[in-house]
Amino acid sequence: MKPAKFDYICAATVEDVAEVLGEHGADARVLAGGQSLMPMLSMRLSRPQVVVDITRVPHLDGMRIEDDHLFVGAVARQQSLAGVADLATRFPLLSQALPWIGHYQTRVRGTVVGSLAHADPSAELPLCLVAMNGEINLRSPRGSRRVRAEDFFKGTMLTDMADDEFIQSARFPVAKPTDRFAFREVGRRHGDFAIVAAAAVRDDTGIHVTVGGVNDVPFRRRFDGLEVHDIGDAVSELAAELDTRSDLHASAALRRQLVRSLASDTLKEVLS
Amino acid sequence: MNSDTLNSDSPRIEDGPLVTGRGRFMDDLPVSVRTAQMAVFRSSVAHARIARLNVDEARLLPGVLAVITSREVMAHTAPLAVGIRVPVECWPVAVDRVRYVGEPVAVVVAESRYIAEDAVDLIEVDYEPYEPVMSIDHALKADAAILHDKLGSNLCSDRSFCYGEPDAAFEQSDHTVSVDVLYPRNSCTPIETYGIVADYDAHTNTYEALTNFQGPFSIHTVVARALKVAGTQLRLKTPPDSGGSFGVKQAQFPYVVLACVAARVAGVPVKWIEDRVEHLTASVSATSRQTTLRAAVSSEGRVLALDWSQVEDVGAFIRAPEPATLYRMMGNMCGAYDIQNLRIRNRIVMTNRTPTGLNRGFGGPQVYYALERLMQRIAVELKLDPVDVIRTNLIRSEQFPYRTASGGLYDSGDYQLSVDEALRQGGFGELVTRRNAARREGKRYGIGTTACVEPSVSNMGYITAVLTPEERAKAGPKNGAISTATVSVDPSGSVAVHVASVPQGQGHRTVLANVVGDELGLDAAEITVVTELDTTRDGWSIASGNYSSRFAAAVCGAASIAADRLRLRLTEVAASQLNVRVDEVRLIKGAFSCADDATRAISFKRVASTGHWAPGTITGDGPPPLRETVFWTPPELAAPDADDRVNSSLCHGFIFDFCGVEVDVDTGQVTIDKYVTMHDCGRVLHQGMVDGQITGGFAHAVGAAIYEELAYAQDGSFVAGTFADYPVPTSMEIPDPVILHTCTPSPFTPLGAKGVGEGNTMSTPVCLANAVADALDVDDVQLPLSPTNILKMMNVAEPETSTPAASPGAFASRPIHGGGSVTVNATPLKIWLMLLDPQTLREIVPGCHSVDRVSGTDFVAHVRFGVGPVSGDYKVEIGLFDLDEPHSASLVGNATGALGNGSGEGRIELKPVDKTQTEIVWEYGAHAGGRVASVGSRLLNGATRIVMNRFFEALGRQAQDEGSPSGAEPGSDNEPETGLIGRALDRLLKRGDS
Ligand SMILES: Cc1cc2nc3c(=O)[nH]c(=O)nc-3n(C[C@H](O)[C@H](O)[C@H](O)COP(=O)(O)OP(=O)(O)OC[C@H]3O[C@@H](n4cnc5c(N)ncnc54)[C@H](O)[C@@H]3O)c2cc1C
Repeated sequence: MKPAKFDYICAATVEDVAEVLGEHGADARVLAGGQSLMPMLSMRLSRPQVVVDITRVPHLDGMRIEDDHLFVGAVARQQSLAGVADLATRFPLLSQALPWIGHYQTRVRGTVVGSLAHADPSAELPLCLVAMNGEINLRSPRGSRRVRAEDFFKGTMLTDMADDEFIQSARFPVAKPTDRFAFREVGRRHGDFAIVAAAAVRDDTGIHVTVGGVNDVPFRRRFDGLEVHDIGDAVSELAAELDTRSDLHASAALRRQLVRSLASDTLKEVLS
Repeated sequence: MNSDTLNSDSPRIEDGPLVTGRGRFMDDLPVSVRTAQMAVFRSSVAHARIARLNVDEARLLPGVLAVITSREVMAHTAPLAVGIRVPVECWPVAVDRVRYVGEPVAVVVAESRYIAEDAVDLIEVDYEPYEPVMSIDHALKADAAILHDKLGSNLCSDRSFCYGEPDAAFEQSDHTVSVDVLYPRNSCTPIETYGIVADYDAHTNTYEALTNFQGPFSIHTVVARALKVAGTQLRLKTPPDSGGSFGVKQAQFPYVVLACVAARVAGVPVKWIEDRVEHLTASVSATSRQTTLRAAVSSEGRVLALDWSQVEDVGAFIRAPEPATLYRMMGNMCGAYDIQNLRIRNRIVMTNRTPTGLNRGFGGPQVYYALERLMQRIAVELKLDPVDVIRTNLIRSEQFPYRTASGGLYDSGDYQLSVDEALRQGGFGELVTRRNAARREGKRYGIGTTACVEPSVSNMGYITAVLTPEERAKAGPKNGAISTATVSVDPSGSVAVHVASVPQGQGHRTVLANVVGDELGLDAAEITVVTELDTTRDGWSIASGNYSSRFAAAVCGAASIAADRLRLRLTEVAASQLNVRVDEVRLIKGAFSCADDATRAISFKRVASTGHWAPGTITGDGPPPLRETVFWTPPELAAPDADDRVNSSLCHGFIFDFCGVEVDVDTGQVTIDKYVTMHDCGRVLHQGMVDGQITGGFAHAVGAAIYEELAYAQDGSFVAGTFADYPVPTSMEIPDPVILHTCTPSPFTPLGAKGVGEGNTMSTPVCLANAVADALDVDDVQLPLSPTNILKMMNVAEPETSTPAASPGAFASRPIHGGGSVTVNATPLKIWLMLLDPQTLREIVPGCHSVDRVSGTDFVAHVRFGVGPVSGDYKVEIGLFDLDEPHSASLVGNATGALGNGSGEGRIELKPVDKTQTEIVWEYGAHAGGRVASVGSRLLNGATRIVMNRFFEALGRQAQDEGSPSGAEPGSDNEPETGLIGRALDRLLKRGDS
């Protein structure tokens, strides 16, 4: 379990990062909290020629609220979400999902943006970004662009990012006082990736549920106008629509069962 | 010493260094500057002939000192010996054929582990696959592939035993109750993995290996024989600390042989530290066992006879000390029950899974899983109270020492009392009330009970029960459990104790210091405990080591005898110095004094140092009292007799457990509400250590019962290669058990102690299973009690929906499968020609470096596949068949690369939509093996789909003359992203162009 040879570049500025990616493209990998990348390097699943460490870039670890959004810089750690003022009322979903992301130790190192970039289909933060209609700010030598969450995630560990792009920040909208959120997850153990996670949102545009851990990307489904007594049928349809598959941790039947159960619980919560 | 517990509150001596990072574990110890590092190249397939193995490039890599294959290994070694005579050769590397994923195929010795792993990546191997045999049922099928040709089948042992009159009992009984159970594969996964530093001295033809091996040291003989040297030419040393073992580190001996050969060939000391993926994949596993157990039962629930049929899966080779897992419980096959009619059939099969070996519980979990499920079924079927069924059958206290049907000799116990106390102190009545209340609320709540006898201090002869009495007579008797300890005094009068048992966290130093201090009237802090072992210098024997819960009973026992002998000799010296009779001397608090005048005293140190400073003053026979070495073996451990009766262990503790669990019907999760475990382990030497052992065994058992499985895919790939996929529970998942004690000291051990380290791994899995059976009201329970298995047991129908279930597709049985479609602006013929053109394929296959046509419809490509950060180079062979130009074709493919291997099949159809447009429809099924499957199986389906989609999207793009695909359709596997990916890739590409 030793990585293959690579060059290590410690970037000092955002421009540095862009330059390295512009030059090396797919042969370079950004290193943030390292909680996913380091094991992949050690197991030689990933063999980049260049690793560009962004953790020393000044100000990239920042988190601020601006324009009714929480801006999360590329190296802000997951655990620092806990320090955001009024997280539970302004970002109820992040607040509810946070304890489910790995362990305290991995949250202290792992970054919010790293999790989004990694795009694990079972990860909580991509699910939250999609459920909350968040956005990603991408940067490359060619400039910057902004991508909506639902356009960003493309498949298992696949995103809309080009080889020369990296995420400079992500932004999550502040909840309105009337918005309702609910989050549920089932994993094998405390701190494991979700077998199934679900987030229900009711806001002035309607009602929707986003499911993680089943399809290749967080799957969002609208249930506008849903009444409590329709929830049973609605979640059964949802479970049947999803691409449930069997793996080591859960059979397809269990996944459907969990989708029904978690979607139903979260919907009931936001409708009550 | 007559207190029931001795210094029971004394703090652990060893924890200071251990919790401040100053333990001296294998990888902490200094090595010589010449030491090189070893890495192992392992099989990525379960069962295949090695058609070609090319290590040339690896050998040429700068920094590589040697690459060792079966040629070198066979030149310097003999096959690993095993306790049964079967035509199965076991070498520490694969010879011509691989038989399990992770089997070593070659090893590299290099200047650093990095270079060694670089070289491993350069090794090329071609496999000709054979059918993998992945289950016990499959192994026994007449037409199954055979792992070892000379054996003629996969069955390597089949023995039947009969004790008493089981047939008559079954005929006369009112009822027959039976269970059919499968115990899955799991392992206790120590934190510290295997580690070895090996060296070879050509002048003396001597091998030296420093390794965190744990014993039994009977294995020393196996290693020396394999290395073709005398036992004295193999110097085996162990480090002072070992980071857990639980039996598991016994199985590193093949690697000891391998590292010794590597050191010899490379001409330098060689170090190897096993990594976690290697450990989970290929170190060792507990056996999986298929058991049918029948009982003849009276209407009152009295069991009159048992009839066992056990089939043990030992993996790809039967490796020492197997078949010990199957025979360790030989004297205990009726558990805690007084049943004198017994029939047993024991079969051993080989499968394409990692070979098995010692693992905490060692045969106990497998036996009790069947026996205690049976007791629960008897209660259910006869409508009796499960506790009453247990009580009715327990051995009664006046029957001890009790001889079991199969020859076990139970030393002591009061089982009825232990059960009564457990129910009373543990609050069984309240638990029943709690269950009833929970059930009234509609919850699925169940109670489980279990009674077990926990054997400890194994008889080295039990394993020979696998031989027929005639074979045994020929081989000569084997028996005993010889343990050794040395207590010595140095010229300053300080005391040291040395034992041949490396601590793996059990607190040897604390307990031994207490035991010896107690004998010598000294504080534990004054005793130095040495636990490293060096076979050339120290006292040891074949039973040495740290296993079968023998430490308290046998090792501490030997130490107490040694200390006692030294005390007697020193008392004689003190008597002569005090000028009184020996029986007038007292040894209290560091001083020898006269019984009638405590002021006439000499310090212990003074007396103890006399032998060094003034040996001439010591009268009496024999050498001066400086050192006592004791080799102790209990007479009760005889070899199996002519009727196959064997006392397989010296001590027999008793356990009675009960628990309450709740099953969440929505999520399939099992929550342990309460767990009570009652132990009689004889005399407790240290309360904290005993409770620590129980808590640890319980934790392992919760893992085995609910979470863990060393899982394989049908194709033989190993899929649990990290702690993400082998989910060992943590303190968050494991509740604190309520621990209770009764005490009937063992009359057979010097201190009255019995082993206590393994009991809960035997009792807890089945206790939880019984509780789940009660909660769900089901007859059959499958371990692990994972949400998936729970859901299967509950067997509830899914709600009907209007969305039609996705059509499973032709390849749905493959672990990776999918399909999709895309419509492109080109005629079927044009697409057809492109698909058969290497030049086009090179352009459209994502990451493709080259494509060559081998024959008309066979291609070889070199491709870099990558998804996100994961990527690897593969050689891909593709063959087309069933060609129906230009409508459809089938293909088979094989990919091999550093990340593993995959093979699959697929079908493509080209359907004209109109004159200019064609719909390409594809479907595929595949499986993947090797590294990527063992550490990332969760993500494989998605990753494959991305690669497939990219290919067809690229084909579509290439095929049309202009513009984007005219509209991608969702794939047949409900693939809404297919079109999205196409568009995204398109955008990407266009952006790239601009
Ligand atoms: C024991 C354990 C348990 C875990 N459990 C969970 C869990 O329950 N839920 C969960 O969601 N996660 C879990 N994780 C993963 C963890 O959250 C990771 O931290 C996260 O997935 C990646 O964040 P990171 O900062 O560590 O990124 P890294 O590991 O540094 O990088 C991950 C990937 O993203 C890329 N990347 C990172 N930052 C950027 C950027 N700014 N721009 C472009 N690419 C970038 C990297 O190149 C790499 O490919 C667990 C991890 C561990 C070790």
